[in-house]
Amino acid sequence: MKDEKKVVASLTGVTKKFGEITALNNVNLNVRAGELLGLLGPNGAGKTTAVRLMLGLSKPQAGRVNVFGRDPRSASARGRIGAMLQVAKVPETLKVKEHIDLFRSYYSNPLSLQFTLEAAGLEGLADRLFGALSGGQKQRVLFALAICGNPDLLFLDEPTVGLDITTRHLIWQQIRRLMQQGRTVVLTTHYLEEVDALADRVVVLNHGSIVAEGTSTEIKSQTSQRKIRCVTRLRRSEIENIASVNGVSEQESRVEILTAQVEPVLRELFILDPELTGLEVSNSTLEDAFLKIVESKAEAMKAGQEMTI
Amino acid sequence: MSSAAITAQNPAGSMLRVYRTEAKYEFIKTLRQPAYVIPTLTFPAIFYVMFGIVFGGKQAIGSITVSTYLLATYCAFGVIGASLFGFAVGVAMERGYGWLQVKRASPMPPLAYLAAKTAMAMAFSAILLVLLFALGVMFGGVHLSAAKFFGLMGTMIAGTIPFCALGLVIGCYSAPNSAPAVVNILFLPLAFCSGLWLPVQMLPKFLQHLAPFLPPYHLGQLALQQVGFAAAGHWTQHVLALAAFTVAFLLLAQRGFTRDDVSINA
Repeated sequence: MKDEKKVVASLTGVTKKFGEITALNNVNLNVRAGELLGLLGPNGAGKTTAVRLMLGLSKPQAGRVNVFGRDPRSASARGRIGAMLQVAKVPETLKVKEHIDLFRSYYSNPLSLQFTLEAAGLEGLADRLFGALSGGQKQRVLFALAICGNPDLLFLDEPTVGLDITTRHLIWQQIRRLMQQGRTVVLTTHYLEEVDALADRVVVLNHGSIVAEGTSTEIKSQTSQRKIRCVTRLRRSEIENIASVNGVSEQESRVEILTAQVEPVLRELFILDPELTGLEVSNSTLEDAFLKIVESKAEAMKAGQEMTI
Repeated sequence: MSSAAITAQNPAGSMLRVYRTEAKYEFIKTLRQPAYVIPTLTFPAIFYVMFGIVFGGKQAIGSITVSTYLLATYCAFGVIGASLFGFAVGVAMERGYGWLQVKRASPMPPLAYLAAKTAMAMAFSAILLVLLFALGVMFGGVHLSAAKFFGLMGTMIAGTIPFCALGLVIGCYSAPNSAPAVVNILFLPLAFCSGLWLPVQMLPKFLQHLAPFLPPYHLGQLALQQVGFAAAGHWTQHVLALAAFTVAFLLLAQRGFTRDDVSINA
């Protein structure tokens, strides 16, 4: 159980710039053994950059990157890692089994071809040329290449981007199976749903900085805000004192209250102001709320700094 | 997950096995690409038949026939094409579209990637050399002793190396879509000015002076010496020149190959 706490990969004070653009700004991140860490954030948040640094594909301008206590570029670190990255084009004239066989040869203790095919849901496609596969099947081959080395640490960069629901759920199911075998997984995604379904711990990145961190439930409660609008004689400070109110703003005659706990807040409001009128509760989607929180936090953190990418 | 064995041990000393497997699949992958195979094998053959057999035939040039002379230079031409196109287009695509990143993130030794592509270029070169030789013997009245034939084969196969290095440079610095055009723009004029299409003695004087500065010229001269033509310079000069070009190309490529700011995901 103590092993659960062991850090297998870390970024310490890491800053990475591409020309004028700061992809990561002084980021500290620990990946612990046996966990599934979700890196969540909108496009351009720095998720892929964080993964590429931990894979040794890129060097930071400042800070340290450590994987299994080593430089990520060392052969012994890479021998324990599998990675599924975003690729625009994979060589199309090799068969599925040939691609897998080649990647298996890089590792000293790989999964068997048969097991890899099953684990990636590629049964019956072994003899198909890569170029003849559908989008979802191609994605599953990349997944197979990531797991075929029997890695202790697996990086999945947007594994389900652009996939239909069925294929996405299939990949989720396979990720859960891998987790049962005690592997550590770092998953990047911009789907809140995806980390909710899979991750033990979530780190939210935006504009190169960590803006939130916690279990997926905690992140969800921060992001599943709903909006109460009403006309009331209560003063702003009085409303702010109600438990689980996260924000109050005044708009003309109405107030707007942000909360994740609509019902208790409403009860309290009616007790304080029985004459309350014009009540409206809006159910913003999780994704909307998530984007809002990410934007407002990043703005607060970098006030005055223009960072639109 | 059923009954399938979960893991399989790769045998110890598997480094050699990695290189072998990488080379095997590089060859299979390329063999299934008509866009590479057809021009690589047929263009030199067509040019040789036209210039070396139909027009040149059995006329003498120095102590040998034109068909023998041009067999040597078209062997060099073909080998250079196989190397340049194999490397430049392959590396540009695999790097530009993000595939090389996946391989670099794996424990694959980076040298295995380059060695496999070199071996592939050598294999296609060998096929092409046999094809050109067969055409020369059957239709061009070429007579070569076994020693000369194997000398030519060996020299040409080793001669892929500098051009694989040049192809690597092109592949490291050009976009996937433009790599074939870049190779064509370089390759055809280089080959012409180096005396691979027509004997260098038939070129204008200023081109004859330019030729020694071009890598294909030196491979052409080595090929000619193998078939018994008294070519310019001692063979060691040509080997040294090609070795120097190789080192320069590899230094140029080094920076581009591991360039880390390539990102397909803006």
